Amino acid sequence: MLSVIIIIALTILVLAAAILAVQTTNLVVAVISAGLVSLMASVGYLFLSAPDVAMTEAAIGSGLSTIIFFYVLNRVRGKDHG
Amino acid sequence: MEVLQITGGFVSLIGAVFLFLGSLGIVRMPDSYNRIQTGTKATTLGTLMFLIGVGLYNPSWFPKLIVLIFFILFTNPVSSHVLARAAYSIGTELTKLTVVDKLKDSRGEDIDA
Amino acid sequence: MADTLFLIAGGIIILSLFVAAIRFFLGPDPVDRVIAFDVLTIISISLIALIAHEAGRGIYLDVAVVYGLLSFLGVIVVAKYLERGL
Repeated sequence: MLSVIIIIALTILVLAAAILAVQTTNLVVAVISAGLVSLMASVGYLFLSAPDVAMTEAAIGSGLSTIIFFYVLNRVRGKDHG
Repeated sequence: MEVLQITGGFVSLIGAVFLFLGSLGIVRMPDSYNRIQTGTKATTLGTLMFLIGVGLYNPSWFPKLIVLIFFILFTNPVSSHVLARAAYSIGTELTKLTVVDKLKDSRGEDIDA
Repeated sequence: MADTLFLIAGGIIILSLFVAAIRFFLGPDPVDRVIAFDVLTIISISLIALIAHEAGRGIYLDVAVVYGLLSFLGVIVVAKYLERGL
């Protein structure tokens, strides 16, 4: 019973964060929302008993891509970056 | 053995209650700085108690859990401190109920002197 | 007895995940959203420990260590970016 509730909650959070990442106009909020999508998807992978995929998703999707996005945003910083 | 498992269940239940209080605090608090402090202190204590409760239920996991507990205990205050300093330096507004702002006073004196 | 306690604790953790997500989707400032992201990561570490307990496999706790490291790095990078000094 608890497992069904966990997987439904994670799916709702992934969908809401993805919609926020597409709809917002602030670049910082968009990048953080994309990080939240892969964070929750990583817990979902772990729940489906795939710990190696979960570790890779957390390291690449939530860690490395967020850091690279902020590095590039710092390089191309304009007047209306937010 | 049964006593240890029930103790672990109670400790992790108290930790989960602390996690809920911390996440309720970041919704109810009026200010970014208040949200930072309630979101760090309460959730750190809640996570530590939950991990200790899981470790009491399965005692063979304790070495890995000790590493995780020390990691959270050392990195969580550092990240909240860095975030609070960044929030002050980009001019995030304090709430109306703020009585004293010592950082602003000391920086003003530096500019005058 | 102990299994019931862990079940109640899991329900409270799911509830607090949603309550913290309210601030993430509502927060007026980027700083508020970063705080909510940090809190969501810490709650997710507890959720991973709960999943490892339910599955009975201690290898799942390695993912929690990776989570803690990446949450720390992500928050530091966002804070240094907001402070204009990355």
